[in-house]
Amino acid sequence: MLRYSLKRLLQGLVTVFFIATATFFAMHSVPGDPLASDKALTERIRANLEAKYGLDQPLMTQYGIFLGNLLQGDFGISYTQENRRVNDIIREHFPVSATLGILAIAFAGLGGVLWGALTALYRNRLPDVLIMLAVILGISVPSFVFAALGQLLLVQLNGVLGFSVLPVAGWGTVAHMLVPSLVLGLGTMAYLTRLMRSSMLEIVGSDFVRTAKSKGLSARRIFTHHQLRNAILPVVTVLGPAIAAITTGGFVVEMVFAIPGLGRYFVQAVQQLDYTVIMGTTVFYGAFLVFMVIVVDLLYGWIDPRVRLE
Amino acid sequence: MTKAPNPSGESAFNRSAARQLALFGVAIVVGLVGLMWGLNLLASLTATAGGVPPAVDVANNAITVMLTEEPPQLDSTRSTDQVSGIVLGHVMEGLLRYDDRGELAPGMAEAWRIDEGGATFHLRADARWSDGQPVTAHDFVFAWRLGLDPENASEYAFILYPIKNAEAINQGELPVTELGARALDARTLEVEFERPIAFFDKLTAFSTYFPVREDFYRATEGRFGADADQLLYNGPFALSNWVHGQSLRLDRNPHYWDQARIRLDRINVGYITSDPNTRLNLFKDEKIVMTGLTAENLTNALEQRWHIHRHMDGSVFYLDFNHREGRLTRNLNLRKAMILAQDPGELVYKVTKTPGYLPGESLFPRFLEGVQGKFRDEHPAPTYPMDLQAARAHLEAARRELGLEAFPPLVLLAGDNPVSNIQTEYFQAVFKKNLGLDIKIDRQIFKQRLAKMTSGDFDLVLAGWGPDYNDPLTYGDLYASWNLNNRGRYSNPEYDRQVRIAQGAMDAQTRVAAFAEMQRIIHEDVVIIPNYERGVAYVTHPRVKGILRRVVGADTDYTYAWIEP
Repeated sequence: MLRYSLKRLLQGLVTVFFIATATFFAMHSVPGDPLASDKALTERIRANLEAKYGLDQPLMTQYGIFLGNLLQGDFGISYTQENRRVNDIIREHFPVSATLGILAIAFAGLGGVLWGALTALYRNRLPDVLIMLAVILGISVPSFVFAALGQLLLVQLNGVLGFSVLPVAGWGTVAHMLVPSLVLGLGTMAYLTRLMRSSMLEIVGSDFVRTAKSKGLSARRIFTHHQLRNAILPVVTVLGPAIAAITTGGFVVEMVFAIPGLGRYFVQAVQQLDYTVIMGTTVFYGAFLVFMVIVVDLLYGWIDPRVRLE
Repeated sequence: MTKAPNPSGESAFNRSAARQLALFGVAIVVGLVGLMWGLNLLASLTATAGGVPPAVDVANNAITVMLTEEPPQLDSTRSTDQVSGIVLGHVMEGLLRYDDRGELAPGMAEAWRIDEGGATFHLRADARWSDGQPVTAHDFVFAWRLGLDPENASEYAFILYPIKNAEAINQGELPVTELGARALDARTLEVEFERPIAFFDKLTAFSTYFPVREDFYRATEGRFGADADQLLYNGPFALSNWVHGQSLRLDRNPHYWDQARIRLDRINVGYITSDPNTRLNLFKDEKIVMTGLTAENLTNALEQRWHIHRHMDGSVFYLDFNHREGRLTRNLNLRKAMILAQDPGELVYKVTKTPGYLPGESLFPRFLEGVQGKFRDEHPAPTYPMDLQAARAHLEAARRELGLEAFPPLVLLAGDNPVSNIQTEYFQAVFKKNLGLDIKIDRQIFKQRLAKMTSGDFDLVLAGWGPDYNDPLTYGDLYASWNLNNRGRYSNPEYDRQVRIAQGAMDAQTRVAAFAEMQRIIHEDVVIIPNYERGVAYVTHPRVKGILRRVVGADTDYTYAWIEP
C-alpha cells in the first residue's frame, strides 16, 4: 500500500511538471503584451518593468528561472496587483473557494446518492420520473443561470417578507454560503444521481444480493452492506475530479455572489495575461487535481477490497 | 413503461430500504449542519466575522457600497486605474482637492502662488497623517521623486513632467535629486517648472501628486499599499480593514484637518463584483447605497420607479484611423467618405441604446471649460451630417488617387465586450451598405488589442480616451506627433504647433483658441470618427445625500455624503 502510494505520488509530480511546462509555453505563445495598458509606456519604463518581471531574458532562461522558483514554492509577483505575491493571492483566496467547494460537494455527493438510490428503488414510478426530470434540468442548465435565478429568488423572497432571510451576495457567514454552494453543486448532484441510479439498478438484480436475501439477512443489512456499498463505487470514482472541477470552476458563481474566491483570479489572469498569476493558479490547481485523484484511488481500495489485491 | 415482475417480499424490502434512505436523509441534514458550523468557524478565521451591514447603518453613521473589482494598486505613485482612484480619493489628499461642489479647493496646502516659472505651496499647520505626525513638504518631494524614479516604473510619471527636470529624471538622464521641487522648510514647498503651465493647480489634486512619507515607505519593504496597515493616510478617511477581494472598511480619520465637512463615520465596501445584475439585486435588497445601470437592467429600474441620475464621465469613444505610411486610411478622401457614411446619433440611439450615452461630435467632450462657459458652447464642434452622395464621390476620388481597381477589406480592430461588438457590427453594416466597403473585424482581448494598436497592425480601431486632469489638453495633446498614445501616428506640424501653444500659454483666451483650432483640424482632416461620449445612469439610496460623481478624481465620491435623518 505504501509503495503504491509513493508510486502514485511520484507519477503525480511528473504530471504537475508537465502541466507547468505546457502552461508556461502555451501562455508565452498567446498573442498580446502583458505589460500593455491604456497609457503607452515610455521605453525606459517598459525596460524597467521587463527587468522586474524577467521578461528581458530569453524564453528558455525565463523557463529555467520559473522552474527554480517553483521548486522553492515561489510564484513571484502579480502583474496586475503589483505589490501582491501570487503565493499570497492563493493563500488568501483558495480557502474561500475550498470552503465553497467542500459544501457544494457535500450537497452534490449526499444528495446524489440519496436521489439516485430513491430513483432506483422507485424505478419507473412517479418519484423516479420526477427526479429524473429534475436531473435532466440540472445537467443541461449551466450554473450561471441557476446562480442568477437563485439570487433573483432571494431578492424577491427578502422583499416579500420584509427582512433578510438569506444574504443576496457577499461572504463571511454560513448564511452567505448556502445558496452559492447549492447552485455550484447542482450540476454535479444531477450527474451523480444518474450515476447512482444506474449502478444501483445493476446491483439490485445481481447474484450477491439474491444470495444475501436467500441467506435471510435483514433488508437493512442487505441495503447498507451489499447494495449501497457496491453501488457507491462509481460515485466515489468521479468524486475526485468533481471536487477539483467544482473548486476551480466556481468562477461564475463567485462573480454573481461577490465571493472572494480563487476562481475569479484564475479566469481574470488569463484575460489580463497576468503571467505569474496564470502560472501560480494553474500549477496549484493542477497539483490539487492530481492530488484529489490519488486520494480517491486510495479511498477506492479502502471501499472495494478487490482493488487492493493488485 | 413495463413494470418489472414484482415477486412477493420485494415491496416489503423496498419499504424497508426507503426507511433506510429516510434515515440517511436525516443523517445528511445533521451532517451538513455540523459541516456548516465547522465551515463557519473556518470562514471566520479567513475573513471578517459576521455579515455585512445594511446599505444605511444609522446607529454607526455608516453606509455600505460596492466596488467593481479589487483595487489593484493603492500605492499612489504607481496607481493608474479608476477603482484604486476611488479608494485613494477617500483616504488621501493632495495639495489641492476637489470639494463638494466640484470646485478646486485648498487641501494639504492652505495657500499657494503659481506663476510662469514655478509655484510655492504653504502647507496648513494641522495637516496630519493618520498616525498623528504632521504632513510636511518633504513628503511631497519624496512622493514626486518616487513617481519619477525609473526604478519605480510608474505609468503615470508623465503627469509630473511639468516639474523641472522631471522628464530627464524619468528617462534616467538625471538623478532624482535634480527634481525642481524643494522643501524650503517643513511647511513650504517650492516648485520650479520645466515650462510655463496654466493648470498646475489642477494637477496637484491628482493621485500621483499625493504625498508619501519616506520613513513609512521604507519600513514597508516593497509592500507599500498592499494591505490596510501598509499605507499611511492623510485624507478624510483611513482604511482600517481590507480583506482582499471581499471588503474594505474606511473609517473617519480623526487626524484629518477638515472634520466639520465630513459627516459619515464609516464607509463599508461590502461587496466586490463586476456583475451588474448582482449590483442591482444588492441595491434592491437595500444592501448598497448606489449602483450603476446597464441597458439590460434599465427597464427593471424604471419599473421600480426609482429616481434615475445621469452622469457624463468624460470618456470619449471614436474610430481611430491608422495614418501610417502605406495604409489606405492615410488617404483623406477615404476617411471623408467613411465619416460621411455613418451617423453617431443612429449608433447611440438606435444601435447601442446604452442609457446615458450621447452621440460623439468632437474629441473634446462637453464637460470641458472654455474661457467663460463650456468650451463646446463657445466653440461648437463642426460635424459631418450623413451624406451618401458626397460619401460616394469621396470614395471614388480616393479610389483614383490610390490607383485601385476596388478596395480591399479594411481591418477594424476592436476589443471583445458587448458594447464594442455591437459597434463593430454597426460599422461593418453601414460601410458595406453605403459604400460597398468590406470591413474585416479583428476582435482581440484587451492586451492583444493594445499590442496591435502600438505596432500599428490595423486600419481602423475602436478607441477611447478618458481625462487625466480637468483641462482640454488631456485630450488635445493626444494627436501631437510625439505622443505615444497617438496609436494611429497622426502627424501634422500645424496641429503640433497648436499643442505647443496650449502647453506653454498661461492665458485662457490663447489656450482656448488653440483648442478650437485643434478641434477644427481634427474635423477637417478627419483624424477620427467620433462615436459617443460615455454617460452612466445610476440610482442612489433615497436617504443618502451628497454622493458625488466626478469626471476626474474619485468617481464615485462618498466623502461628503450624509444620511438624512
